[in-house]
Amino acid sequence: MAQLNINGKSVTVDVEDDTPLLWVLREQVGLTGTKYGCGIGQCGACTVQLDGAALRSCVMPVAAVTPQQKVTTIEGLGAEQPHPLQLAWAELDVAQCGYCQSGMLMAAAALLAQNPDPSEAQIRSEISNICRCGTYARVLAGIQLAARRMRASAPAHSAPAARN
Amino acid sequence: MTQTTASAPQSTGPRLSRRGFLASASLTAGAFTFGFNMLAPQAVLAQAAAPEVNAWVVIRPDETVTIRIARTEMGQGSLTGLAQLVAEELECDWAQVRFELVNPARNRSRQNVWRDLSTGGSRAIRGSHDYVRRGGATARAMLVQAAANGWGVAPAECSVTKGVIVHAASGRRTTYGAVAVAAAAITPPEQVALKDPKTWTIAGQPLKRLDTLDKLNGSLVYGPDFTLPGMLVAVPRACPVHGGKLKSFDAAAVASRRGVKQVLRVDDATVAVVADTFWRAKSALDALPIVWDEGGNATASSETIAASLREGLSAEKAYVGNRIGDAKGVLTQAARVIEADYGYPYQNHAPMEILSATVRWSAQRCEMWGPTQVADAALDEMAKAAGLPATACEVHTMRIGGSFGRRLYTDYVRIATLIAKQLPDTPVKMMWTREEDMAQGQYHPVTQCRLRASLDNAGEVQALHMRLSGQSIFAYHAPSRITAEGGDPIVYQGLVAEGAEMALGYTFPHLLVDHAMRNPHVRPGAWRGVNLNQNAVYLECFIDELAHAAGQDPLAFRRKLMARHPKHLAVLEAAAKGIGWDSPAPAGRHRGLAQIMGFGSYVAAAAEVSVTDGKLSIHRIVAATDPGHVVNPQQVETQITGSFVYGLSAMLYGECTVKDGRIEQQNFDTYNVMRLDEMPQVEVITMPSGGFWGGVGEPTIAVAAPAVLNAVFAATGKRVRQLPLKNTPL
Repeated sequence: MAQLNINGKSVTVDVEDDTPLLWVLREQVGLTGTKYGCGIGQCGACTVQLDGAALRSCVMPVAAVTPQQKVTTIEGLGAEQPHPLQLAWAELDVAQCGYCQSGMLMAAAALLAQNPDPSEAQIRSEISNICRCGTYARVLAGIQLAARRMRASAPAHSAPAARN
Repeated sequence: MTQTTASAPQSTGPRLSRRGFLASASLTAGAFTFGFNMLAPQAVLAQAAAPEVNAWVVIRPDETVTIRIARTEMGQGSLTGLAQLVAEELECDWAQVRFELVNPARNRSRQNVWRDLSTGGSRAIRGSHDYVRRGGATARAMLVQAAANGWGVAPAECSVTKGVIVHAASGRRTTYGAVAVAAAAITPPEQVALKDPKTWTIAGQPLKRLDTLDKLNGSLVYGPDFTLPGMLVAVPRACPVHGGKLKSFDAAAVASRRGVKQVLRVDDATVAVVADTFWRAKSALDALPIVWDEGGNATASSETIAASLREGLSAEKAYVGNRIGDAKGVLTQAARVIEADYGYPYQNHAPMEILSATVRWSAQRCEMWGPTQVADAALDEMAKAAGLPATACEVHTMRIGGSFGRRLYTDYVRIATLIAKQLPDTPVKMMWTREEDMAQGQYHPVTQCRLRASLDNAGEVQALHMRLSGQSIFAYHAPSRITAEGGDPIVYQGLVAEGAEMALGYTFPHLLVDHAMRNPHVRPGAWRGVNLNQNAVYLECFIDELAHAAGQDPLAFRRKLMARHPKHLAVLEAAAKGIGWDSPAPAGRHRGLAQIMGFGSYVAAAAEVSVTDGKLSIHRIVAATDPGHVVNPQQVETQITGSFVYGLSAMLYGECTVKDGRIEQQNFDTYNVMRLDEMPQVEVITMPSGGFWGGVGEPTIAVAAPAVLNAVFAATGKRVRQLPLKNTPL
């Protein structure tokens, strides 16, 4: 049994302790937006956020996640209003096949929460998710566009780490 | 812009959302609705009530226009392009356009009204532009006729703008949605005129994709995401040595594990664990004692395969792909012969979406929900495995999370069906692990090439002999397409005589391109770009070698050979101009060029690189393409940009090596691919010259590697003749 906080909801699942968070999300909770790509933490398709930090959920045993830690999946990213990244992604038509894009968006959202004004070099080194279609140029442009808008709309004196 | 689909697996896509919201108009070209997580009840999708004007066009009373898409969408964007072509002739309101995928049994039951459902060879647009446009134009004629009939006027007196039909003389107007039912009853005209592409307003425009929004919130259901009530999950494993067999397995060792339902012999080479979830099935499979009968192929290795191909480089017997004059004779007599051997390794497609298919088998009917690039072949494969007539089967097609040729093959459909057949009336989702995908691929064929050319005193090429040696995709997958003499006609892609869709862009006084077929046991397959990939490396790197041997500039050297190939030359000149070939590169940077024709299009690339302390940096790429016509410039651009990620991943890192008969690479940790940190700046020049229709999904892949390799030579003086680059210290 594991108790989890997923997208703001408390969820109890009955799984073996070594079950990766990815498969709990996909097969126990029914949130299939988080994807399986490699199972060894290489590709990033399974990226979710744990207390706001990007996490490759395919290598995270569910038993290592506490009930207090906040798990955010792609389904939770724009649940109330779309994240600026999602709007930028739509505007720039970033996605091709789309399979890696949940992970890309979650990694990018975590990056911008931590660093509202990343340099191009920082984006390039921080976003290590694999995309085989080759959306990288638009991923970069999408993050930069969203970052600009988020900085422009952030209240001048508030903390920069505003996330939904 | 919103979208909807009506086939079952697509039913969870985003829809015009009741609690959606309008993005600020400043964010978008126009206001669009961003629907989130609206899981529409399937009943809403029933299409029976929707007026089908013809096979391609369904128009509802609310003016929404559903365009049927017969070709697979796997990220390449042709879904949107095909819809643009229909909408252009239909003259509907693009903002009202939705899409619906076509299933193969439905197509057959309607005498293949949607024609070819297969998607490969960069043919989605170029192979269907004519009949999908006719579909749109025919529907338009029927809709106008219906309105004219109602008004008692001649159709020629009516005009259409964005789905509104107007009879100017009387000032009357109506809409497509209002006349669609009447139009559906009208006999379609036998002849329709198509628009001159110069007058296009929807096609030819950089419109946004129709299939984006559900990719941004996790709601798009890909094959591995699909579920049915009562569904089980199967994870298979086949003998890692291709051609080997499954000897035995100890089901009792894992039978009591939680969630495990069955351990099955799937066929003579494959075992599968069926459980309530993927994770439990996979974990049990990992714990399952399996004994393989690996057979004779278990002694094969990359070294034995390379040796077999090397023998082919000088073998007596070879199949001729292109011959002008007497290249061998001239080379025998020549005073100066330049010679080089090149090689290209196995590659795995490695699409991000792993292989899957959900199959429900009963004694009466078998259905699959899953991705395929060849829906018809998948239907036949499933029917055969199911032991049922194809008329009792259906494949519910889905959008795919990348494929690159992998799902041109139906091996996974067969395995999924054979598993489901052992669990009657139970839906079974078969999912592969990444490791299984790496072990059981349909690999880019392994080849080598020996190039020999003679140069005269003026540095002109007198003769070129390209001896290809290696694997034939047709020999394995389509023996019926092997020629009467025993050759494979597609191994010469990019090297054949004028008039073909992959014609050589150079004229040599004497030329021989021939192929010694050597077929190792590892399964080959069509990998994005197919044989154009290695042939472009061989040809374009060797031309660069010849230019340097002749002491000439690589562009000037090529120009002389390309005088009779103006379209090839035009893209090369454009790429060279774009990179600034005629002016010096910035300090420390070096340039390379490549061109080829493939899949009906002319492509070229210029690369600018630097090599510092043995580390290669690719700073800029300029890519030029003449595909004849461009339906969506933005999608063409993303295909070309993405081609450098795919092509350069292969050039930098991609290789599947063989040891003890099996592929050594098991996942992305050993099969590395390019990521954002290495993505070069790519400038895309699209220069459609009209008069023909070429593909764009594949050809540019082929020039990515040779352009960079030629730049690497310029930077280091080192010729990298065996890919991938990672194995050669710079």
